[in-house]
Order: sequence, then C-alpha cells, then structure tokens
Amino acid sequence: MTTKRSITVTVNGQQHQTEVEPRMLLVHYLREVLDLTGTHIGCNTSQCGACVVMLNGEAIKSCTVLAVQADGGEVLTIEGLAPEGGLHPIQEGFWEKHGLQCGFCTPGMIMASYQLLKNNPHPTETEIRRGLEGNICRCTGYQNIVKAVQDASERMSTSAETPVPAGD
Amino acid sequence: MSVPAAFDYHPATSVDEAIALLQQYGDEAKLLAGGHSLIPAMKLRLSQPEHLIDIGKISSLSYIREEQDHIVIGGLTTYVQIEQSDLLRKHFPLLPEATSMVGDQQVRNRGTIGGSIAHSDPAADLPGVVLALKAEIVVQGPQGKRTIPADDFFVDTFTTALAPDEILIEFRLPKATGSTGSAYDKLANKASHYAIAGCAAVITRGQDGSCSAASIAITGATVRTIRARAVENALVGKQLSETVIAEAVSHATDGEDMIVDIHGSEEYRRKMAAVVARRAIMRALERI
Repeated sequence: MTTKRSITVTVNGQQHQTEVEPRMLLVHYLREVLDLTGTHIGCNTSQCGACVVMLNGEAIKSCTVLAVQADGGEVLTIEGLAPEGGLHPIQEGFWEKHGLQCGFCTPGMIMASYQLLKNNPHPTETEIRRGLEGNICRCTGYQNIVKAVQDASERMSTSAETPVPAGD
Repeated sequence: MSVPAAFDYHPATSVDEAIALLQQYGDEAKLLAGGHSLIPAMKLRLSQPEHLIDIGKISSLSYIREEQDHIVIGGLTTYVQIEQSDLLRKHFPLLPEATSMVGDQQVRNRGTIGGSIAHSDPAADLPGVVLALKAEIVVQGPQGKRTIPADDFFVDTFTTALAPDEILIEFRLPKATGSTGSAYDKLANKASHYAIAGCAAVITRGQDGSCSAASIAITGATVRTIRARAVENALVGKQLSETVIAEAVSHATDGEDMIVDIHGSEEYRRKMAAVVARRAIMRALERI
C-alpha cells in the first residue's frame, strides 16, 4: 500500500489542499477531486490535447502529469479563463468563427491557443497551425479553429482590458 | 482508464538526496524528470516502479551556458529552453532544430534532454543529436561524477551505460572548429511525431573544400541510436557532390538491426534512413 501525499495546488486562483494517491494524474485530480470537468480526457496518451491546461504559466497535457508534480504550483483551466458569466476573447473567437463542432477538443484547443497568443500575440496562419499541432479535432474543424485564433488575436490586441486571470 | 500502478513518491531537492534515495530503493526505484516518457510507460504498466524519485524540481540542473571550449547543458533543461536558446542556435543549430520536432508544444514544455537521453528510446530525436555532436555525458553517483562519451552511452534499446544509482546531470558539447555545419532531418510518425527514421549530421569542410570530418547518427530506424560509420568514411576526404552523398547514405544502416513495426518494414526504414541522411547532410553543408 502506498502512502498518500498532501498537495497544495492553486487552481483558477483558488488554493486547494488535498490528500492524493501519488499515481493520480493531474487531469483526474481536476475532474474528479475538484469537479472541474471542463478539462477533457481524449486519447489519454499525450497526443490529442483535450486535457491541456496551464501549469505554472505553461501549457501542458494533464493526462501526462501527476497531481503530486503540481504540488505548490498554479493551474489555470478553461473554467478560470474568464470571470464567472463572461467569456475570454479566445472563447469569443471560437464562438464567433464556429471554431467547434462537437466541442470535445475545444477546452484543450482554447488553452493551447492561450499559450500560443501569450508567447506570440500576432501569429501567422502557419504559426497557429504549428502552435496547435498537439491538439486534434476529430470533426476536422481546423479551418475555423485557425480563424477563431486569428479573431481572438485581433480582439486581444484591440481590447484595452484583456483579462489576465489568476494562476498565470 | 489508464493509470499507473501504485507507487511511493519521493520528491528530491538535491542530486545528493536523489542518489541516496536511489541507493536506498535500488531496482524498485525510477527517476522522474519531465515524465513524458516514463509516465506514459507507467500508464501502460510497461514500467511499474514501486518508488518514484522526482528530480523535476532540482532547478540547479536546468541551464545552458558557454565555457571556453564547450557549451554545457544541464540534464533537466527542457526542450523548449533548448529550442529557444540563441547560444545553441549559434553553435549547434541541429540541436534546437531537432528539439523543435519533438512531440508538440505541450510535450516540449515538460520533456527534458536528460530524461530523453537516459530513457534512450531508439525513436527519440535527441540521442542521435547527442551522438553526432560527440557530447560528453556527465553522470553522478555515490562515488562522485564520471564522464561517458556519447559513443559509449547508447548500449541497446532503452539501455544505456548509466548505472542504476547514477543520475545524468550534464551534457558537455565540444565547440566546433573550422568550417562546420549541422542539421537534423526526420520522417516523423504523424500522430506521435516519433522518428520513423531520423538523421543528425555534422559536417566539417577543410581548406580545399573537401569534407575533413563527418559525424552522422541515425535514429528511429535502427534498434538503437547509432553512428553511421560507413557513411562518415564515405564522405571524409571527398568533395561532397550530390553523387558522393547519395552513394554514402546508401550505407546508412549497413549491418544494423532494424526496427520493424506497423509504421515501417525493414526495407522501408533502410530506404527512409538513407533519404533523411541525404537531406540532413545537404542542409548541414548549406549551413557551413
């Protein structure tokens, strides 16, 4: 029998202290312990990107990180991107440009786009496609996803008050 | 649901502490760095360590710096840090180039060079680069540090010269002398981005324009990362025309055991290894 460990993780600005089994994956911690089910589990093999969240300011695949590795860290999930009831410019872009069909890949797409635009506020189409290469859309809606990120890029450059959420 | 078998978790705050834990738990322990090879293997239960020693937060092992005759890279330096390093771009362009082809942005944020080399997946990109650059690999164990030349490091599939109680701490890359160019090229699996065949090439041209030194490594195609000595021998001393290069790369995997799986037969991999080797050598030449 293994020893549980106490971890402290700040998720979307709120600090949580929890006893977890060391083998618990971060995505299961977010979904099952904190009930933040916006982060999805797709392939579960670090290829599809449905589980992307920000950990300490970097996009990561939360199916391939242990919850204990996030101890002391800050996590931002899709739920924390915009204040309650509002939408982040990237979410608005995906809405306006029909950047989703079934929506399963969308939280991961948006979080990957968040890192992309944070590092490169005005990416070219090639840079967007490369930035999202770790995210798979099985509806194959890539054209509109690219348009959504371009739209978000414009929104974020014109918006005087781009929300910068806690945890990042 | 795919979760690892149960284990005890030991976060180490220093190399000495990690070595002491390795000595304590022996064969039942594994080191965790970025976790992007080990955690997938644990989820598939291909690896079931009873003790996981997390060295991922030892920040003193994360650096890229210049010394007199070497560029040195700490074992826990991430792919993204390598990809973005101006120092590495200037001295060894194939290293950031190969790193930019690993997985995707999220994987590169977490994965480390030390983890990749210690794991020694024959389809990984960096073992070939480390081999072609003739890196000196510094490891530390209970008796202190020792340096292993890259040529002696990759023993077999997933098997290296690293002892069970040692930690890979640093790569020392000797600076190139003379007119040298380098490049990495690969045929990638579309889903995983692992190499079906890859080649790291470092080419030096002498005063008369002929090839004075060549260091060519093959990844992905062979059961372990190898130096393609037959290719190197066929290049050195020659003026590197397209004909000379084409003849040389036809020997890229001579006598080597090949990986055969759903992504490629032996014949296909031998041919693709020659193709990526030609491309890498051509691009290395353009960079001289």
